[in-house]
Amino acid sequence: MTIQFKDETFRNDYTFKNSDWAIKRFPFPFHEDSYMYSVNMEQHKGGPEGSIYEKRFDVDEHYLSEMHDRAQVLRDDPLRCQSLPNMTLAGWDLLELIMVSKSEDYPDLFELHRDGHKWRWINKPMKIDDTFTFLDDATLPYGPMEYITRQTQGDFVVLDQRENNLWMDAGMVTTQADWSLDFDIGMNFFEWHAPVPKAHEMGIFTRALKFLLNIQQGAPARRLNWTMTVNPLLDTSPENYHKWGVQKNTLTPENIGEKQHLRVELQTFFRLPRSNALVFPIRCYLASFDDLMTFPKWGRRLHRVIRDLPEELATYKGFIDNRPMMLDYLSKYDDGKVTSNGIWPDDETEPKLDHVT
Amino acid sequence: MSGSEKINVKVSNVVPLNDLVTRFEFKRTDGKLFPTFSGGAHTVIELKDGDITRRNPYSLMSDPMDQEGYSISVRRDDAGRGGSLFLHNNVKVGDDAVLSHPVNLFSLDLRAKKHLMIAGGIGITPFMAQIKQLDRSHGNWELHYSVRNPKLGTYVDDLISMHPNDVNVYYDDHKNFIDIVNLLDGQPLGTHLYICGPKGMIDWVVGEAKKLGWPSEVIHFEEFLAPKPGEPFQVKLSASNKVINVGENESLLEAIEREGVDAPYLCRGGACGQCETSVIEADGDFVHRDHWLEDDEKLSRKKIMPCVSRFSGKTLVLDR
Repeated sequence: MTIQFKDETFRNDYTFKNSDWAIKRFPFPFHEDSYMYSVNMEQHKGGPEGSIYEKRFDVDEHYLSEMHDRAQVLRDDPLRCQSLPNMTLAGWDLLELIMVSKSEDYPDLFELHRDGHKWRWINKPMKIDDTFTFLDDATLPYGPMEYITRQTQGDFVVLDQRENNLWMDAGMVTTQADWSLDFDIGMNFFEWHAPVPKAHEMGIFTRALKFLLNIQQGAPARRLNWTMTVNPLLDTSPENYHKWGVQKNTLTPENIGEKQHLRVELQTFFRLPRSNALVFPIRCYLASFDDLMTFPKWGRRLHRVIRDLPEELATYKGFIDNRPMMLDYLSKYDDGKVTSNGIWPDDETEPKLDHVT
Repeated sequence: MSGSEKINVKVSNVVPLNDLVTRFEFKRTDGKLFPTFSGGAHTVIELKDGDITRRNPYSLMSDPMDQEGYSISVRRDDAGRGGSLFLHNNVKVGDDAVLSHPVNLFSLDLRAKKHLMIAGGIGITPFMAQIKQLDRSHGNWELHYSVRNPKLGTYVDDLISMHPNDVNVYYDDHKNFIDIVNLLDGQPLGTHLYICGPKGMIDWVVGEAKKLGWPSEVIHFEEFLAPKPGEPFQVKLSASNKVINVGENESLLEAIEREGVDAPYLCRGGACGQCETSVIEADGDFVHRDHWLEDDEKLSRKKIMPCVSRFSGKTLVLDR
């Protein structure tokens, strides 16, 4: 289908809205009625037609507005994009991966013409048509990683692999769930995960690192992660906490359905061939509670997951204070019926919602 | 499926380089381009030898930017289990083979201000690709390459003619050896050290570097372990409920695969850790030959790396 790109905002007046198409393909992250950490990795090799898993780098109706928001964040704070000197080759790797993938997956939107090292890149939605020399930084307006990630939805963390560990040596991070590239730059896998509760004791990170170190060329992997955000804000950074943190206090029983968003990250992992680095794209999808309640299965399940989530996790994810209000809202959508397995809405087979008293 | 993603290829050229080493070149059967790779990566080549499938890892030594073809250079090992002999004696232009996607366990550290490379014999192969990669990015590197004699100096002439100032060759038969202590002593801050060659050479260079206070983060080495023949032994695979016999000339991993049990692997040389297998019961002696398990893990008798390690004794039960 042709994507209708929207003109909308993720700040101030918050005109962001999901179309019915976007709600239906939203990556609902709970495959069962409860949630606990797990490495939950699978191969990133396509998925159902039209789903966010189908393409290597999903493009949706929010593309242009997200890129506009990113440019604004970078204007205010250039340190959201950083690359240590050892990561330039990895930046070219990433540029190549995205240009090749997007031009193959969306030939009507993106074109890549290669004549040896002379490359021409056409991004029709953003009205870009640039010719440059591959591996020659001087021929692009930004470094290779910054250039291509200003044109690609999602945050990008580029990890150097050495000493049996991964090092956060480059990234473009403007749509993050309360963490800072400027703080984490140069850290290794265990250092940047230090604040996460419970998972260390469960041995999650040791297992996850082992898995990631072994990700091979041609065999990318993916998982979903989630948190909660009040208002459709992309930039929930620690740097701007003073701006968005207070918005958590604006929820009321009347506006919660519209203002409270489930924030889901599609995290993918690709080995970069020329540098042997690993790229970790983190794509953020937002859906309001009202959006999610369109599907009875998601309503039932979200209520059960939020109700039963351990306190440490609700605190870490930043919604412990608002949890009672969320549950008041969500309980109206849980009639106690059994839900089907898996993340898909199954709207044709799941029972309609009974009146809940 | 185990291993990394596979690429179907045909042998496009076989070039004998000297009495011991032959280069094999490959093209894709589907006519597409090969993936690029990083210098130091290896591929596992899969060949049919009658009923058995041979899988051997070799460093990619072609230019990492060249997507038209891949090449490996193979030293004939007359005392080995026959993998290299099979390549030398049986593989001809036009033959089919399967290559794995490249996997790099011997990557350049791109933070290095200088890359100091020490090669022994066939250990030159990963450096061939790394040198091409560094040349393209104007990297600062220097190679010290030890060979037996001029006749067995694989790629010596090419290296010297292309890089007369950066390549130093040493001939054992001329009693001409790398003066490692002086060489290491004179290196600028930020130098990374890379060693590939026989085990004795790696131990010697790493040992001297550590004595001089080089931190382990800047010392990189790759030793290509081939599985060694050994006494036959019997293993019970608990999860698949099978009892299998490991022959004299096959590895435990190969015997597991022969029985149709899918077991994970990547390097098949005791380095990557992918094939690590839990031991449920053991009455006998382990012959641990890998670089992966820590010494205490080897002593614990709870883990084995079936790609290179063996067992001798009464009972061995694995969780596979």
